[in-house]
Amino acid sequence: MDIQPYLLLSAITFVIGVVGVLARRNAIIVFMSIELMLNSVNLSLVAFSAFLGDVTGQMLVFFVMTVAAAEAAVGLAIIIALFRNKQTVNIDDINILKW
Amino acid sequence: MIVIRLEDLLYSAPLLVLTSSGLLALIAEAAGRDKPVISYYTSLIGVITSLILTFLNLGAGVPVFNNMILQGGYAAYCNLIFLSSALLSIVLSRSYLERMQYHRGEFYVLIVFATAGMMLMAAALDLTIVFLGIELMSICLYVLAGFMRKKELANEAALKYFLLGAFATGFLLYGIALIYGTSGTTNLVVISRSFAQLSGNSLFLIGCGMLIVAFSFKIAAVPFHMWAPDVYEGAPTTVTAFMSTGAKAAAFATFVAVFVRVFDIPGTALSSVLALIAAASMIVGNVTAIAQNNVKRMLAYSSIAHTGYMLSGIAAGNAEGEQGILFYLVAYTFMNIGAFGIVSWVEQQEDRKLKFDDYAGFSARQPAVAVLMSVFMFSLAGIPPFAGFFGKYYVFLAAVKADMTWLAIIGVMTSLVSVYYYLRLVVLMYFCEGESDVAAKVPLAAISAVTLAAVLVILLGIYPSLLVDMTKGFFKI
Amino acid sequence: MFSYSPLIVLFPLLGFLFLGLAGWRLRSEKLIGIIGSGSVGLSFLVAIMIFVHMLGLPVDQRKQSVELFTWISTFTGTPSSISVSVAYQLDQLSILMTLIVTGVGFLIHVYSIGYMRGDKGFWRFFTYMNLFIFAMLNLVLADNFLLMFLGWEGVGLCSYLLIGFWYDRKFDTGGYEPGKATTSDAAKKAFIVNRIGDFGFLLAMLLIFIHFGSLSFDAVFGRAAVLTPGSSIMVWITLLLFLGATGKSAQIPLFVWLPDAMAGPTPVSALIHAATMVTAGVYMVARCSVLYALAPAAMQIVAVIGALTAIIAATIGLVQNDIKKVLAYSTISQLGYMFLGMGVAAFAAGIFHVLTHAFFKALLFLGSGAVIHALHDEQNIQKMGGLRKYLPTTYWTFVVGAIAIAGIPPFSGFFSKDEILWKTFSSDYGSIPLWFLGVFGAGLTAFYMFRLVSLTFEGEGRYGHDVHPHEAPRTMTIPLIILAFLSVVGGLVGIPESLLGGNAVEHWLGPVFDPAYEKLRLTPHGVEATEYVLMILSVGVAAAGIYGARVVYIRRTELAELWRRKYASLHKLLFNKYYVDEAYDKLVVSPTVKVSDGFLWKGIDVAVIDGAVNGSARLIAMVAQNIRRVQTGIAQQYATVFVGGILVILIWLMFK
Repeated sequence: MDIQPYLLLSAITFVIGVVGVLARRNAIIVFMSIELMLNSVNLSLVAFSAFLGDVTGQMLVFFVMTVAAAEAAVGLAIIIALFRNKQTVNIDDINILKW
Repeated sequence: MIVIRLEDLLYSAPLLVLTSSGLLALIAEAAGRDKPVISYYTSLIGVITSLILTFLNLGAGVPVFNNMILQGGYAAYCNLIFLSSALLSIVLSRSYLERMQYHRGEFYVLIVFATAGMMLMAAALDLTIVFLGIELMSICLYVLAGFMRKKELANEAALKYFLLGAFATGFLLYGIALIYGTSGTTNLVVISRSFAQLSGNSLFLIGCGMLIVAFSFKIAAVPFHMWAPDVYEGAPTTVTAFMSTGAKAAAFATFVAVFVRVFDIPGTALSSVLALIAAASMIVGNVTAIAQNNVKRMLAYSSIAHTGYMLSGIAAGNAEGEQGILFYLVAYTFMNIGAFGIVSWVEQQEDRKLKFDDYAGFSARQPAVAVLMSVFMFSLAGIPPFAGFFGKYYVFLAAVKADMTWLAIIGVMTSLVSVYYYLRLVVLMYFCEGESDVAAKVPLAAISAVTLAAVLVILLGIYPSLLVDMTKGFFKI
Repeated sequence: MFSYSPLIVLFPLLGFLFLGLAGWRLRSEKLIGIIGSGSVGLSFLVAIMIFVHMLGLPVDQRKQSVELFTWISTFTGTPSSISVSVAYQLDQLSILMTLIVTGVGFLIHVYSIGYMRGDKGFWRFFTYMNLFIFAMLNLVLADNFLLMFLGWEGVGLCSYLLIGFWYDRKFDTGGYEPGKATTSDAAKKAFIVNRIGDFGFLLAMLLIFIHFGSLSFDAVFGRAAVLTPGSSIMVWITLLLFLGATGKSAQIPLFVWLPDAMAGPTPVSALIHAATMVTAGVYMVARCSVLYALAPAAMQIVAVIGALTAIIAATIGLVQNDIKKVLAYSTISQLGYMFLGMGVAAFAAGIFHVLTHAFFKALLFLGSGAVIHALHDEQNIQKMGGLRKYLPTTYWTFVVGAIAIAGIPPFSGFFSKDEILWKTFSSDYGSIPLWFLGVFGAGLTAFYMFRLVSLTFEGEGRYGHDVHPHEAPRTMTIPLIILAFLSVVGGLVGIPESLLGGNAVEHWLGPVFDPAYEKLRLTPHGVEATEYVLMILSVGVAAAGIYGARVVYIRRTELAELWRRKYASLHKLLFNKYYVDEAYDKLVVSPTVKVSDGFLWKGIDVAVIDGAVNGSARLIAMVAQNIRRVQTGIAQQYATVFVGGILVILIWLMFK
């Protein structure tokens, strides 16, 4: 099995995720970009797992998904709390704390 | 056939007890409305029991649960730090939250679960556990940072912490994936055996680099530190105390567990990367701290600087460095939590009384508290005979021994700079006129918690060998 | 007998603890004073008993260490094992220093009872003073570098606390921030400048530990004794140690803090900034004489710095108008002589000068305190004069001190200073130019001291008519008389052999410095005839200085004004202390300000940190203001920096 295409795809999606985090201004979309990063890593993990014939990688993927779900719950709650106070989720407007 | 042995459960008793107490508190919280005190006492009992069990567990380290985690020894030592940090934070939080009108039972539950995450991090023998521990701790901390949910500053702190934290998690995972892919396992002990041949593999090196990045984020090292000042400032003060001590210590514990205990980094490119990060942290942290007017923010930058000092111990990678960090972590935990504790007494609602000037003439009204604060400041500045001095002494000695004299020189010079801003507070308290006072009557429990921290800071400054000798056998697995 | 030595340290500690914990409850100043000075007095008695006991012992048994407990013991069994004890080493050198610290310290404590009467911080003052004595005794009695460093930091802390004792008083710095600085600014300046020196000490300590594998004096000096001179690491170690000494003992380039330190109460100036703490640097160099003997290059630097400091401080002292500032520059200058002695391998002579200087300089400071006391806090000598008839005791004791420091025989200063000058002339490590600087400085010393005496005590009173000067109370005059007596006879213990004396100090200290002398292979040359000629010459210079000062400031007062106008620019240069403070300010601060001025106007606005007193602090504050702007508050920029960091790390890992 040739593993390189999988790794390449995973790396590309990861970079797309990173660029999304750096470029988008909406906190929810930034958060979705982070999810994209996590899932691209999942792809690598599954590919490695199949390549090595070892089940650990797949097991790790399940953990990642669970954790990502928990993170999503907390993250959305934080964004909602912020929206209630500030009426915005634009990251550029969130800069009282600085220097 | 994989089974769980009774032994595994017994060795993990501190962790299990703590987690159970968290769950119990959660159930109690769900059952009885508006009785945060129940949750307070449940988690307090849980933490204290776990602390006692950990003391019994201090002997040699034992791998349990099929080599997934290590209990006793190194893990137990680190657990003592986390649990003391949790204990002091819980005690300090009660009166603080009551004053700020955010006293809810969930708070203590989150602290307990975050502590459990820290204990997993220090105990990890497998990258899976490293990941789970970090996430368990971080998710709880995201919530804690934004606990005062009606406050804009708290919202902002939580959002920044959450977004950047999740971002760092992406890199952590990628690093784990690459290490797994190149070594074929996530078990650290197995990886350590083939480290020498793996370190030639560039994918493996990238994986290690990603791990360094993720850990550097958690310990707030430059250039991954930028969340720290904002989050430390916006979060409730006692949470900041907890984050800057327990969470930082936990991140250091994994850092040491992975990069010192398992990998053999001296002489590799990894160690020079760490040295650079350490130098940058010392310089940026100390210099920026000077320009701050907010005490919480000053302490945040100071904590970045202390990250740099401790990191030079890891970069040195020798026995002095390892033992030095472990000593430093304890010293730092107590002096920092004490300082934040006092800040939380002076602070008033709406983020008032957090400026340097609000401490002017403090000694006139609160002589005892002023003495305590001065002890913490002198110790943070690294002036003997307080514990902070020996922490620095050991890590700088380690750096010189590892032929990184330049790093030690940067360290000594920047700690010289740090004297300026730590002392500024002492000068204001003693040599200036002002009306400052604590915001309300401080309960006895909180006073004794901070006094305990001060006593330990002095005791460890006079007898550092109490701890240093204990850590001797921790670096063989 | 030696086993009683911990008591010397214990009494001041007990005094400190008692006064610190219970002092504020004590109503009676008398009680506080008795406890505070009594604790030091008891230490002095114990020290005398041990000294007498030592006298009766054969030379090779006079050195002994008393270990109290193991302080640090780590990494046992590994090459980097550290074992440090809290242990006190008694030998000829440390007992001498102990006698000075406790003896002079006791007299100054007694004096303070009168001087500080009615001060709201009376108990606090004695608490800090006792803590100071405790720290200073740890410094001189320590048997290892770490304990010495602890004392070193401790005296620095006490000095800081005591300079800023009257924290709310305005303080004339004579230069920067006119009218704005308070005594706590002076305290901070002292502390920060001292930290630069401490940084040197700390690094030296690390190097010593790495090179010798130990921090205990016995081990380090024992191992050093078998080395041969010439290794560069020894030069580094000794120069870094000397950097520490220049901080604590106010030598070039770190002397700027000592004049400002005069903001503290006068007994503090006498005890800490004249008699004891500032000589710690000299003591440290003497203690490490073996190490210096291994680095002759470093000794040269010590000698040159010492001579230059002596002369520069003396010239500044010529024109200052604050009575305590003149004495402060005089102290810097005399410390320069001590370092000159160290640098030319006249270790014993240097320590001898520490001893005599402690007597006459403490006397002069306490005398100035009595004057200031009498004139209700007036310190400007241009507003004094004619005090001779109101303060007879102060006057006569002050004159004794002035003669002693000027170097007129048989007063104590003559013997010690002349010993240093003679060694500078004759030793292998000295030279004629250095000797010339020394003699010239001695003339200046005599001149500015008698300028001080004339302007303060002679002529007509130039103070307001509502002031009625009165002699100080007896708690103040008795210490003055005792110190005056010591200033007269103190030098007799070190009469050189050429004057048919026994040179007892040199013989007493001999065993301590023998290893260093052996290393240096000194060949005594120069004949007694030369010594007599030089002696007469330097006495002549001193006498000329005294005579000149009396002519200019008493008989022909118009001359002073005439000269000031004629040499206006020189006077201005000296009066402004060669602009060293300003130079430090300009050289480090100004360029940064200019660069950042254009785009950081807002930053500068905020950058004026309250109470930033000295240049380096402001420089760093300025840089800090720039760096903090990087933290924009926008999460994505943090993430961008984060990614930048990752790229740097990954590239480094790939290509390293």
